[in-house]
Amino acid sequence: MHKTISVGALARVEGEGALLIKIKDRAVTDVQLKIYEPPRFFEAFLRGRDFTEAPDITARICGICPIAYQMSATHAMEDACGVTVDGQLRALRRLIYCGEWIESHALHIFFLHAPDFLGCEDAIQMAKAHPQIVERALRLKKAGNAIMSLIGGREIHPINVRVGGFYRVPTQAELGPLAEELKWARDAARETVAWVAKLSFPEFSQPYEYVALRHPDEYPFNEGRLVSNKGLDIAVSDFEQHVVEEQVPHSNALHAKLQARGSYHVGPMARYSLNFDKLSPIAQEAARSAGLGLTCNNPFQSIIVRAVEVLYACDEALRIIDAYEPPPKPFVPVEPRAATGFGCSEAPRGILYHRYQLDAEGHIVEAKIVPPTSQNQRMIEEDLRTFIPPRIDLPDDQLQWQCEQAIRNYDPCISCATHFLKLTVER
Amino acid sequence: MRARTPKRPKLAVWKFASCDGCQLSLLDCEDELLAIAGKVEIANFLEASRAVVKGPYDLSLVEGSITTPHDAQRITQVRKASKFLVTIGACATAGGIQALRNFGHVREFLSVVYAKPEYIETLATSTAIAEHVKVDFELRGCPINKQQLVEVLSAFLKGRKPNVSSASVCIECKRRGTVCVMVAQGIPCLGPVTHAGCGAICPAYHRGCYGCFGPKEAANTASLSRQLTVLGVSEEQRQRLYRTFNANAEPFRTESAHA
Ligand code: SF4
Ligand code: SF4
Repeated sequence: MHKTISVGALARVEGEGALLIKIKDRAVTDVQLKIYEPPRFFEAFLRGRDFTEAPDITARICGICPIAYQMSATHAMEDACGVTVDGQLRALRRLIYCGEWIESHALHIFFLHAPDFLGCEDAIQMAKAHPQIVERALRLKKAGNAIMSLIGGREIHPINVRVGGFYRVPTQAELGPLAEELKWARDAARETVAWVAKLSFPEFSQPYEYVALRHPDEYPFNEGRLVSNKGLDIAVSDFEQHVVEEQVPHSNALHAKLQARGSYHVGPMARYSLNFDKLSPIAQEAARSAGLGLTCNNPFQSIIVRAVEVLYACDEALRIIDAYEPPPKPFVPVEPRAATGFGCSEAPRGILYHRYQLDAEGHIVEAKIVPPTSQNQRMIEEDLRTFIPPRIDLPDDQLQWQCEQAIRNYDPCISCATHFLKLTVER
Repeated sequence: MRARTPKRPKLAVWKFASCDGCQLSLLDCEDELLAIAGKVEIANFLEASRAVVKGPYDLSLVEGSITTPHDAQRITQVRKASKFLVTIGACATAGGIQALRNFGHVREFLSVVYAKPEYIETLATSTAIAEHVKVDFELRGCPINKQQLVEVLSAFLKGRKPNVSSASVCIECKRRGTVCVMVAQGIPCLGPVTHAGCGAICPAYHRGCYGCFGPKEAANTASLSRQLTVLGVSEEQRQRLYRTFNANAEPFRTESAHA
């Protein structure tokens, strides 16, 4: 049996990608996740820009997770300039990140992922059979966006994040209505965990190496050491000593791997499995009643883990709002110096690493950005190599749909993955 | 399979080089999304649906700029298959942030060691959709304002012109009652030359406008540049100010060349 399954354009992922699977004599001979989204060269044109511009510019790498870019960039710049942002400003950064997790995860759970489990082409079709679910989804997503809009000015490419903090901080009164809606959202998130736990999941467990941030006191957003379940434990600044990026012919995005052991997995499943003890009691409780253990190794269950993280983010947002007192100044002053700074934060899809080298005037001399999807690319291909053989006799259209679903488990963001390539000129 | 009601107009959403933010604005219309979906047939919207219905399409929303030979081809096919074509966002209407490659950086990019450049196909420029095909309406912003998107969709459904202001951000500031950050605090601001649409968010958050909605009609950039100099903005800073998400839009491109 020789056959090729080819998906010209993957649906319900961010950005443009395709899939090619070759099967020969009942064996999978090739799996290529092809990322053909055109390169946009961010790293090249960041050079020469002022260090204060990086949060606004790098946000445009991805409209789905702009806060991740703004947070990794601001932390890297502050690291270079020797500044720490503390107290309520730090709390507000966690709060806006909660907003991004809620809206991005809600989008993925209900709009990109759940339709697969229910056999629907999209959420609009799903809305006909399950109207209440889709209405709840929209309101939950809106609650995340409301945090983004209030703290950030708008939900996509927020304008209020700056190196050192914010341009303007909210008053307590402004946060009041947000808290009311978040209480509803927390209940809705708990119901969502219970709902997704009832979906049926293919038998598929993988011995992943999970990599995520780990912070001594908190479920990670912006800070911590990079750890794995197979012995990695490094400072963010050592990332490039351990991770290598390779170019492959079939993709416009680089493949990252751990020098020591190869492919690794980043994202909600990695965060959850390495930081279960740091989730709030409500989130832990919901995870337990959903039947999740302290770790989760079935990527199809990432939908449950995302729902648990939405619940955590609602809970954490409420905690922050409750303890909020406006800081005396919206930002701490940051003076540039010639230095290199590192930043890594937990985008909804996994760790997002930034490194900038600055000159004494604060111009960017060199920029390096490694987004989560380029780290997961190899893992996605490896999943497919294991996933397909037991299903090799399925009719092509079913096999194709299941493979697409296996890719969507990762919520891959292809726009993010292709930010960096250098230029070839064609005339 | 989706039931087809022939009367509903077919809507298609297309992506070229972009960050996905503008098409996400459609999914971010949480209050209106289901109503919109009831009024149109979503015939092609890959970010949201596996279902793909063949053209022709009554309305195409196009996000992103043209940066590859293949995309230059593809946009002509999209145009042929579409009755109305609306560009959404700074990428599609001005080339976007990726148009920074247009400013003579090409050599520099090439000099950066790249393992296997032969695998990559890219043009030396990033250009707006209107430089390639006829466009019926352009919606500005990086990202677009979702309320304006809803206005464009309802105008389309009712067969009227969209009611989208072509004034400057300054006018929106006045309407909002924000004190001018440039006059009162000496903060450099592109508001006087920037197209309205965002609701003047930045000044309300105590920062100057950085021009993400692109140049307004008949923008007096020369006059603004003189004022920026008075405020102590260096030529180099001024150039960077004009060269962000709408760097390749004509008035910003020309003014930044003077710096
Ligand atoms: S205009 Fe801005 S928000 Fe829209 S696609 Fe381009 S980069 Fe993204
Ligand atoms: S940069 Fe200007 S146009 Fe963009 S959101 Fe800010 S004020 Fe509005």
